[in-house]
Amino acid sequence: MNTPEYDLVIIGAGPAGMSAATTASSHGLKVAILDEQAAPGGQIYRSISSPAIANESILGADYYHGRTLLSAMRYAKVDYFPSSSVWTVSPELFISFSKEGKSSQIKAKKLLIATGAQERPVPFLGWTLPGVMTCGAAQILLKSSGLIPSEPLVLAGSGPLLLLIAAQLNRAGVEIEAILDTTPKGRYLKSLRHLPGALRNLPLLLKGVGLLIELKRAGIRYINNAAQLQALPDDTGLLTKLQYKTGEETDTLNCKTLLVHQGVVPNVQLTRALQLEHQWDELQQCWKPTLDSWGESSQAGIFVAGDSSGIAGARAAEYMGALTARRIVQQLDKSSQETLLLETAKTGRLLQQQQAIRPFLDALYQPANEFLKPSDETLVCRCEEVTAGQIRSMVAQGCTGPNQTKAFSRAGMGPCQGRLCGLTVAQIIADERQVAVSEVGYYQIRTPIKPLTIGELADLAE
Amino acid sequence: MPNALPFKRLPTNKAEWVTVYIEGQPVKVRQGDSAAAAVLAAGLQPSRTTVVSGSGRAPYCLMGVCFECLLQIDGVENVQGCMTPAREGMQIMSQKQARQLNNSKPSDLKPTDLKNSHIKKEDTAV
Repeated sequence: MNTPEYDLVIIGAGPAGMSAATTASSHGLKVAILDEQAAPGGQIYRSISSPAIANESILGADYYHGRTLLSAMRYAKVDYFPSSSVWTVSPELFISFSKEGKSSQIKAKKLLIATGAQERPVPFLGWTLPGVMTCGAAQILLKSSGLIPSEPLVLAGSGPLLLLIAAQLNRAGVEIEAILDTTPKGRYLKSLRHLPGALRNLPLLLKGVGLLIELKRAGIRYINNAAQLQALPDDTGLLTKLQYKTGEETDTLNCKTLLVHQGVVPNVQLTRALQLEHQWDELQQCWKPTLDSWGESSQAGIFVAGDSSGIAGARAAEYMGALTARRIVQQLDKSSQETLLLETAKTGRLLQQQQAIRPFLDALYQPANEFLKPSDETLVCRCEEVTAGQIRSMVAQGCTGPNQTKAFSRAGMGPCQGRLCGLTVAQIIADERQVAVSEVGYYQIRTPIKPLTIGELADLAE
Repeated sequence: MPNALPFKRLPTNKAEWVTVYIEGQPVKVRQGDSAAAAVLAAGLQPSRTTVVSGSGRAPYCLMGVCFECLLQIDGVENVQGCMTPAREGMQIMSQKQARQLNNSKPSDLKPTDLKNSHIKKEDTAV
């Protein structure tokens, strides 16, 4: 079998992937992008090649910035593979991916993983009810379909995306019953020491303040210090009410749709499956791959850029992608060390400006404990329906890590392969054992990292 | 049968519209919609029931992470609805608990069944 070979294969066509592809290709590298989505953009610039909504003021200018990246990538000579889910990578960098029920392989000299972020799992009582969705999901429906959630609508959580999607839905004419802010009391004070850093990215800081003002002017009910969320079903099992507490008072709101959000975390499924070295980020409360300053991982030749290397946002991802691509160009002897340094100085400065605001945002929007270590009755593994209480009792019986609780309860063994419970399970175990999360570790993720038919595997051997 | 409040559509840019069938009912959706978006636009909730307890679920993340939008699409079970673009004539059904293997329980299989296995490669997931 003749396997196509590329200088650089990039997984993911979000801001990091697109900018890396453009940069590498402009230096003469033969580049391929494997994208799980049907069109480039990642989640942040989802459907940017054909946005659904006619009125561009709803999503705002930052979304349409994606067009710049897209047209640059189209101009560059890049082999773009849409709807292509990578399911394994061999140590020799043979990359296997599934496209429309058929698997193929390509070979890379260098690999860049730019698989972005996923929303942090938000476990609370009733979070599995039909009607409860993530804020990111609502935004994807806006971008790719122009669909708006059923009313009455309530938003609950913490973080910049909560405010952004609220503003976007409000501009679209959706009536928002209330926004419940679960940011714990005292976080503003705690994050203040990081404010000087945040001031280095004044435009982003002002955008956040602008969103708050916009929501206030729209007259949307904004409830601070909301806690102990509980989504309640009607007699057909669909979401009908959200119960919550502020201080000692318990209240309920009617809702057909509840959008939840507790920030985003790196998508580490592939980097874990490849057994790259990872580290626990205490401020961001998530795992990220261990990288050198150019984004090269513990395995030489495999790089990670953008939010899958640690959460820093879309603009940072764009700059990181470009920097990593230049390093790869230099490693493949297509440019000298001097050219590299000259070209990267400016991008590096832009990247630092983007990264400077992160400690402030991370400290401010660190999720409340009830979402990191939920109550005993709360389901943590949605697929196999395992509760936090079951995990705790397994720890009491001697389980020391997520792979043991997985073996005993199947938590993490369902179709999502731990994507929605891995963080929570590790944090519950660490809390019960009174040790650091880094000591508890993560699931052993195995390939294929996406479900695959036996027929597809067989085809590959032909 | 669609039962919940459907998600409404804002004025959109020009695009092709296709007809998909949700639990047999024709629904017009926009080219570029995923099967999961089509289910929400039609108001089909829950769109699957869980393997363990049979409780109802609906699309949750829409970005391929949570696997809550598993559907039966054109006769193939356990397909990720959010990763499947809607196509003209697509038959979308809710996913009822675990996938059926050849529509028979393993205990019902006789050795002769295995010899003349009808297990098609496209609906046998690992």
